Amino acid sequence: MAEVTQGGGGGHKKGGKVRAKKQSTKIDMTPMVDLAFLLLTFFLLTTTFNKPKTMEVIMPDKVKDETEQTKINEKDILNLILSEDDKIYWYVGLTPPVNETNYSSTGVRKILLEHTRANPKMMVLIKPEDNSRYENMVNILDEMDITSISRYAIVEYTEDDKTIISEGLGTAEATEPQ
Amino acid sequence: MGKVKVHRTPPSLDMTPMVDLAFLLVAFFMLTTSFAPVEPVVVDIPRSVSEIILPDKDRIIISVSDDGRIFFDMDNQNHRKTMLNYMSEKYGIPFTQEQQTAFSILAGVGLPLNTLPQFLDMDTEERRQITQNGIPADSVNNELADWVVFARMSNPKVRIAIKGDRDSNYKVMKSVINTLIDRRVLKFNLITGLEQEVKI
Repeated sequence: MAEVTQGGGGGHKKGGKVRAKKQSTKIDMTPMVDLAFLLLTFFLLTTTFNKPKTMEVIMPDKVKDETEQTKINEKDILNLILSEDDKIYWYVGLTPPVNETNYSSTGVRKILLEHTRANPKMMVLIKPEDNSRYENMVNILDEMDITSISRYAIVEYTEDDKTIISEGLGTAEATEPQ
Repeated sequence: MGKVKVHRTPPSLDMTPMVDLAFLLVAFFMLTTSFAPVEPVVVDIPRSVSEIILPDKDRIIISVSDDGRIFFDMDNQNHRKTMLNYMSEKYGIPFTQEQQTAFSILAGVGLPLNTLPQFLDMDTEERRQITQNGIPADSVNNELADWVVFARMSNPKVRIAIKGDRDSNYKVMKSVINTLIDRRVLKFNLITGLEQEVKI
């Protein structure tokens, strides 16, 4: 057949067939590229990359009567009371002294590590007060994760704790300046 | 010697690889993107070191704002409709077909059920201007518990996540958690952001 004609050739040959005029194979892609980049920017900006993270909490079921409850030696209990203004009161067992600490890595984390190292059976009871913030609870659960303490529970803050704190704080302040 | 003549090349370049790349990226972002739903309330989530990613589907998000209002959100439009039907049956509040559809495409709601039909009749702009009072979750009138129960009935696989504001009061949180425990939901997630430890 005919030879390949390059470019926009295609003149009439004398007496030959009428050929379609060969167009250049190049198309102007600019509008398409514009659109592509527009879409690209749109999706780039609307994508939410940082998916929220979660921490899993497993709460104990409510016990029906006293006999179902596990008994723990009071020496194996570390109480953390999350109080207002980001304060933590802590004491071991059911008796003072009560000490105050904070959420920094030298505060509550140090106490947790010291106590769980000294006593591997230590159970941590987290008692958030009603006027504490939600962040306090998350922070303390986070500390449990960091210090890899598995024996802990979130329990109700009771009147007993209140009296222990009010009594305990007095004695702690009295003994501290030495 | 004369000047060296610079060969002028025509100012066109082959854009094909660039376009290929651009479309590849467009396709990628189109497929991976999930539009952030309109939140009824802005919640400033606390940070933690936990790295478990929240699942995209089969989830309930209970949001608690800093002033203690509770919002309820579940994915999947079909499940939302079923859930709403259960609710309207229990409380004897009928919902029209339009209201049901409006509810199914909505994000979180934080309204007592008796004001919900009125809210669903509004258009998007009107809804945005309304401050939602939160779902009641006290012991006298615990609608949150019913939402949770019916959500789990419409989709048994659902997971519950609590999205609390860092400044929200623990008292509200406690009522939400106790509601869940009372309905035998003992395993749930707390939504947190990733901690960036700042050393001072």
